[in-house]
This record gives sequence, structure tokens and C-alpha cells, in this order.
Amino acid sequence: MTELTPVIEMRHIIKKFGNFAANDDINLQVQQGEIHALLGENGAGKSTLMNILTGLLQPTSGEILINGKQVTVDSPSKSDALGIGMVHQHFMLIDAFTVTENIMLGSEITKGLTLDTKTAAQKIKQLSEQYGLQVDPYAKISDISVGQQQRVEILKTLYRGADILIFDEPTAVLTPQEIDELIAIFHNLAKEGKSIILITHKLDEIRAAADTVTVIRAGKSIETFPVAGVSSQELADLMVGREVHFKTIKDTVEVGKTILKIDKIEVQNARGIAAVKDFSLDVKAGEIVGIAGIDGNGQTELIQGITGLAKVQSGTVWLQGKDMTNKTPRQITETGIGHIPEDRLRFGMEVEMTLSENLALQTYYKSPLSKAGVLQTVAMDELANKLVKEFDVRSAGIQVTAGSMSGGNQQKAVIARELNRDNDLIIAAQPTRGLDVGAVEYIHQRLIAQRNAGKAVLVVSFELDEILNLSDRIAVINAGQIVGIVNAKDTNKQELGLLMTGMSLTDARAALKETVNA
Amino acid sequence: MTTQKNSFSVALFSVLFGLIIGAIIMLVFGYNPISGYMALLGSAFGSMQDIGGVLTQMTPLILTALGFTVAQTAGFFNIGLSGQALAGWVGAVWYSLSFPNMPVYLMIPSALIIGAGLGALAGAIPGWLRAQFGASEVIVTIMMNYILLFLGNNILQNTMSKGIKESAETTKQVGANASLQMKWLTDLTQGSSISAGIFISLIMIIVVWFIMTKTTLGFEIRAVGLNTDAAKYAGMSTKRNAVVAMAISGGLAGLAGTIEGLGNYLNFFTQNGSPAIGFDGMAVALLGGGSYLGILGAAAILSVLKIGGLGMPMSSGVPFELVDIVTASIIFFVGASYLIKLMQARIKAMDDKAAQTTEAKKLSNVGSASDSNQKGGE
Repeated sequence: MTELTPVIEMRHIIKKFGNFAANDDINLQVQQGEIHALLGENGAGKSTLMNILTGLLQPTSGEILINGKQVTVDSPSKSDALGIGMVHQHFMLIDAFTVTENIMLGSEITKGLTLDTKTAAQKIKQLSEQYGLQVDPYAKISDISVGQQQRVEILKTLYRGADILIFDEPTAVLTPQEIDELIAIFHNLAKEGKSIILITHKLDEIRAAADTVTVIRAGKSIETFPVAGVSSQELADLMVGREVHFKTIKDTVEVGKTILKIDKIEVQNARGIAAVKDFSLDVKAGEIVGIAGIDGNGQTELIQGITGLAKVQSGTVWLQGKDMTNKTPRQITETGIGHIPEDRLRFGMEVEMTLSENLALQTYYKSPLSKAGVLQTVAMDELANKLVKEFDVRSAGIQVTAGSMSGGNQQKAVIARELNRDNDLIIAAQPTRGLDVGAVEYIHQRLIAQRNAGKAVLVVSFELDEILNLSDRIAVINAGQIVGIVNAKDTNKQELGLLMTGMSLTDARAALKETVNA
Repeated sequence: MTTQKNSFSVALFSVLFGLIIGAIIMLVFGYNPISGYMALLGSAFGSMQDIGGVLTQMTPLILTALGFTVAQTAGFFNIGLSGQALAGWVGAVWYSLSFPNMPVYLMIPSALIIGAGLGALAGAIPGWLRAQFGASEVIVTIMMNYILLFLGNNILQNTMSKGIKESAETTKQVGANASLQMKWLTDLTQGSSISAGIFISLIMIIVVWFIMTKTTLGFEIRAVGLNTDAAKYAGMSTKRNAVVAMAISGGLAGLAGTIEGLGNYLNFFTQNGSPAIGFDGMAVALLGGGSYLGILGAAAILSVLKIGGLGMPMSSGVPFELVDIVTASIIFFVGASYLIKLMQARIKAMDDKAAQTTEAKKLSNVGSASDSNQKGGE
């Protein structure tokens, strides 16, 4: 073992909220030039630990050492001064400003009374060349891609002289290609002597990017070890604390009659541009159809069109043989759809209402939850208690507000509500976004159980692993149109990746054959 | 539950600060604040008639505050309570004067329904414009206050028949078949203009509480107000809810106006401006902190100030306008509740930090002792 002084050392960190210990004696050591992954389930205490390191929270007890010197990080500006920079999952950028303006914001260089944008832009250019972060300093944030916006966030921390960069779930918003580029950037940064803390629950990325990993479970640091030679299965088991099944076992089910028939529909987005064009797809009883595609290719509008939340300009949506095009959301729901929306906070729940009220959100107007327009609170609570138990929704009780629950439990609550109504069609959009492997496994099992019970399931996801794991058939969407429909058994990630960029199925297969031969 | 407690302490602090500011101003202008406030209390509670006056003042404020709260729950800012109250007032007086021989058991319910109905219509229009065209209900209700004010005056001056008018500017008094005043109440309060309206107001607190928290209608109004997208997703009609919530809001204001007409003044006369009960109702709702019991308490406090203030000039020489300053300061502090909450949070944080550092010291001693057992690396 080398006797190097770690860049960061956090010793015996304890953080209590009331009686609850979010961090319960966590130890963490990061060396210079190291990419150190923090692995843990939602609510394991990773964010709390990083909030302590960046000065947003104060530890109840424990010490922090930077380059061997004990420090107190009692404010975000203190953490800045210590060379700690954070790249948040949700970017903190001003759309109408240029890259340079965003980066200088808060530490502007001035020339007299005016901003010295030129010097700043030069410095940014130099930084971006040094670390391989190509981005145009004069481009507006609204004009650049999500991947480039993330680079701006990274540059922001470097511009402020950060030596330690913390990334919170950095790949959640990126395409597979952008993820590869980001990992290359990590290696560049590390090579230049920066230390990186990577918060994630994506196991493949840890194996591709990190040198060392610290596993955190239930507020405790469980183990720290080098990543080389460790399998994803081992990582997952350590993180969850039990054996995790990645591949959910699927029985063969007889495919039944067509439940959902989408016939040449067009749906416009908020700006009035056709986001879904000439789109046709069937979903039959007893099958899961996955829609794969890069974010922003019409998936949102497609689901909103089917469920009545957006107007279908032309074409027809058939549900159980009935024309449901442009019916109200309630009429469509009552025909037998369970809809797990992609944005659970915006569409899926009333965060300021109670868990009990949220679980009644789709059925409050019907007996037994209400009689003659009067809510039956006893029946509502009974239903809530039943669903909480059945779907393992964890919270401080059914009368807490939905907003106070963790993301995973909110999603379980939405799924409980939507699956409980015995619908013939389940639409699940991004059903596991932002959730950890334990919750993902659980939700996948639930969806497959629906299929096995003879329901039709339509899944939209940006995660190819999820699509491949769940689907019987996969439809790839690009620019609002279906590029190809393939059986999950006959395809793989590479092929889907090419289809997602808009390549036709025959071209994609030819291209893959060529690379194999070459 | 903690938020309820919070808004209660905010209201309490606001009233206290408002009274302190009033006292400072009295001192600055050479009045004795203690005798000033004693005079205020004396004028509000000095006799049964004064108490009757306070209750009469409270009656419409409770209703307009309820109206404001319903609209606010649905996500709307109803500034038109004043105009909606006026619509109910004119309509109910006009209707009851037109049927002087209708028996009381028909007249009173129908007049209340007509007054509330006109208020509801006046509220539903901005609700519908908002739902259908996205027109800001704030601007539409402000403008409708003027429309309804001058429409009411015009109806009084040019449309009503001579037979039901006292003069060009005033209607006759409504008949005994339409009056909400009750002899035993009038006698008990030594001839104040208290009426059965106070009971209607108290009942409406319970009715509105029930509708908003216990019915599917209230559930929908709350859901739409908190998160329109989630409400749409759950199949609720946001347009219908906008119209219904604004109609209920306006209906309550219309009922307040009706009670002013049939219980307090017993007539309608040319108005120089929109009735104050609309704006005072907003103040009551804000001070009440969105709670139904809070509305009752806030209406009582503001009414005591108003009625008590009337007697201040005579017994202590303090001008009546002082009460307006106190009321305005109270509302200012409610509006600045963020400040009060921030102060409370600061004080609490200071306490926590003091507790934390002592605890941390103890723990770090233990921590460094066990440090030597810690294995580095793997």
C-alpha cells in the first residue's frame, strides 16, 4: 500500500435528521487522479454525504480532511475555496446566456464597469482544449445539446479552480454515445491530476469509468475496493445486500387479441411541430412491446396522444376495438388503461396531497371511495393501506404528503395505483428512471407479471437494457416515426443503437455484418 | 399540521406587530396609546349594541373570505369579490322590493338564492374566460368590479321603477317579508343592525369546509389548484373546475352582498366605490392563513378594530384613520410572513448549532480514540 495522503478523507461521518441517521459512520478516501465511484441505492445516503462535502449540510459528527488538513466546510463558498466542484444532475444553467456568460456567472472578470468576456472566453477555450471538453464559448445554452450543457457545467467547476469534481448521476440524461464521450472526459481529467467522485447506481458505468468504488448501504460505508475484476452482479449484490436478478425470468405466454391499435397517427408538440408522424403499432394481450429511442424523438407526444393528454391531429387510436381518438383522459382511462407517466412529479402525483389521496387519484369519484359526491375517507385509507402493503411502498404513513417520499417509493405508489385497477393495457413510460437496481428489479417483475396475466404492456424507455430485458417486441422510434420493429430475441444493443440514429433495419444489419467480417 | 401551527403564529405575530406600529404612531403624534387602545376596546365591547355591531361587521367578511379561499385553493386570485358582492346586493334588494307580498318562507330562500346566484355568475365569467382563453382572472375581476359598480348604480338610478325608490339615489327599505333582521336579536343588541346573516355565515364556514375537504368536488378543486397537469392526467376537467371554483367563490361573495342588503342596510343606495367587504375579505382570508377557523378569528379581529376605531376619536381623540394603519400593518406583516418565518428559522438554527457543536465535540473525542483501530485502504 502506498503512503500517499488522500486528497479527500471523510472520517466517521454521521448525519442525523431527528432520530434518523442518513449517514451512519461513513468513511471515504479519495486519492489524487483517482476516479472514485460511490455506489448505493436511492436513499442510501450518497447525496447527504456529498452535501456535507460541498457545505450544504453540516455533519452531526465526524471530520473532513483535504490534503491531510482538517477543514470545516460550513458553506458552499467554503467548499469552492477548497477546490471542490459539483456537477449536478439537473443543470444550473441560464438558457438565454452564452456558454461564457454562464461559466463566469458569480465570478465575473470585469474591465472597468464592463464584463471582460473575451478574457473569460480565452480561459474557457484553453481549459476545454486541455481537458478535451469541446464546446463553443459563444454558443447560447438553448442552442447546444444536453451533452454539451454538461460539459459547460464541468468547465464551470474547472474555471473556478476545482481539483475535486463530484458528479451526481451524470449519465441519466445522456445518450449512449454521449456517455462514452463523458467517460473519456473523466479519464482526461484524472490524467491531468483531478480527482473525481462519481455518484451513480449504474453498474456498467462504474466498471467502465471508475478505479475504486465505495459501496454505501443504509447510511453505512460497507466496503471500498478496486473496480478491476469485479462483476456487475457482485456490485449489485453488495449494494442491495442480497442477490439481485438482472434478467427477469419470463414464461412463454400465448399472445391474444389486439388491445391497442395505433393507426397512422400524427401528434404535434407544444410548438406545433409534428412530433409523431404516420405512426402505427399494435400491442396484443400477453406481450410487452418496447419503444426504444433517444430522448426527444416523439415518445412523450406519442403517449400523450394515446392517453388523451394531447390532441391527435390525424389517424386513429383503437382500444379494445373502440375508436378512442381524442377522447378525454377519463374516458380513455375507463376503457382500461393504466398509465405510468414518464414524469411522476409533474403528471403522476399531487406532491402536496397525502399518499392516501394520491392512491385514490384515478378512482376517487367512484364507489366505494365516494358516495353521492362525498369522499369516503375510511375506504380511501383502507385502499391505501392495502396497496402500500401489496406493493411495498415505504413511507412514514399514508397521511404523509407524497412529496416527502423518496423517488423510488413515489414510483411504486404510482405503479400500485395504475396496476390495481385490473386494466387490459398498461402504458409505462420511463418506469424506472432514477431508481436503483432493487426498485428496478421489483418494477420489472410487476410489469412482467401483468404480461403473464394476459395484459398488453407498452413500455417506453431510453435505457436499452430495460427495453431488451422487458420486451417481447421492440419498436424503434426516430424523429417521430417507427424505424423498425424487431423481436427482442433477434436483436442486440448495437443493432438497436444504429436503428435509434435513424438507420433502416436492412442497413443496420448490413453494417453490423461488415464490422464483424472486418 | 405544522403549517397550520405556523400560520397561526404568523397571524399572532402580525396582529401584535400591527398594534405596536399603531402605538408608535400614536406616541409620535402625541396621543397616549394605552388610552387609545382602551378606547378602541371600550367602543367594540362597551355595550350589547357595540357587540352587535362587531357581529354585523363580521358577517359579510366571513363570506367574502371564504370565497377568496375557495378561489385560491383552485389556483385563482379573485379580486372581484367586491363586484360579485355588489351584484348580489343589488339583485336581492331589487327582487324583494318587486314582490312585496310574497310570503316570508318563499321570499327569503329565493332572495338568498338569487343574490348568491348573481354573485356566482359574476364569478363564473372570469373563470370561464380563464379556462377558455387563458385570460388572467386577476385583470378580468378587477375590471369587472368597475363594470358591476356602475351597472348597479345605473340600474338603481335609471332602471328601477319610481315605486320602489325613496329618492333618485336610494331604494325603499325592503319589506318585513324580506328582512333578515330578527326582533329578539335587535332587542338583545339594543337596536344594532345585526341579522340572521351571522348564522348564515357561521353555517357557511362548515358547509365550505365540508365541500372543500370531504367531497369529490373539493378534491378536484384542490388537485387542480395544486398541480394542473396531474389533475388532467387523472381525468379531471380543469376547465370545468375553473368555472365551478370561481362560481362558488363569487356565490359566497354574492351571499355576503345579499346579507348586507337584506340584513344590514335593508336597501341599496348609490355606491361611490366598490364595497369594502370584498377587499377586507381578502385581508381576512390572508390573516386566517387558509384555515376555516382562522377565517372566523381573523374576521373577529378586523371587525373589532373597525367598530372599535369608530369610537376612538370621541373618547381619546385618536383619529379613526389610525385603525386603517393598524389593519394595513397587520396585512403587511402577514404578507411579509416570509420574514417572520425566516426569523423563526434563524433563531432555531442558532439553537441547533449551539447544541450541535457541544454534541460534536463530545463525539469527536470518542471518534479519535477509536481511530487507531481503523484500517486504511481495503
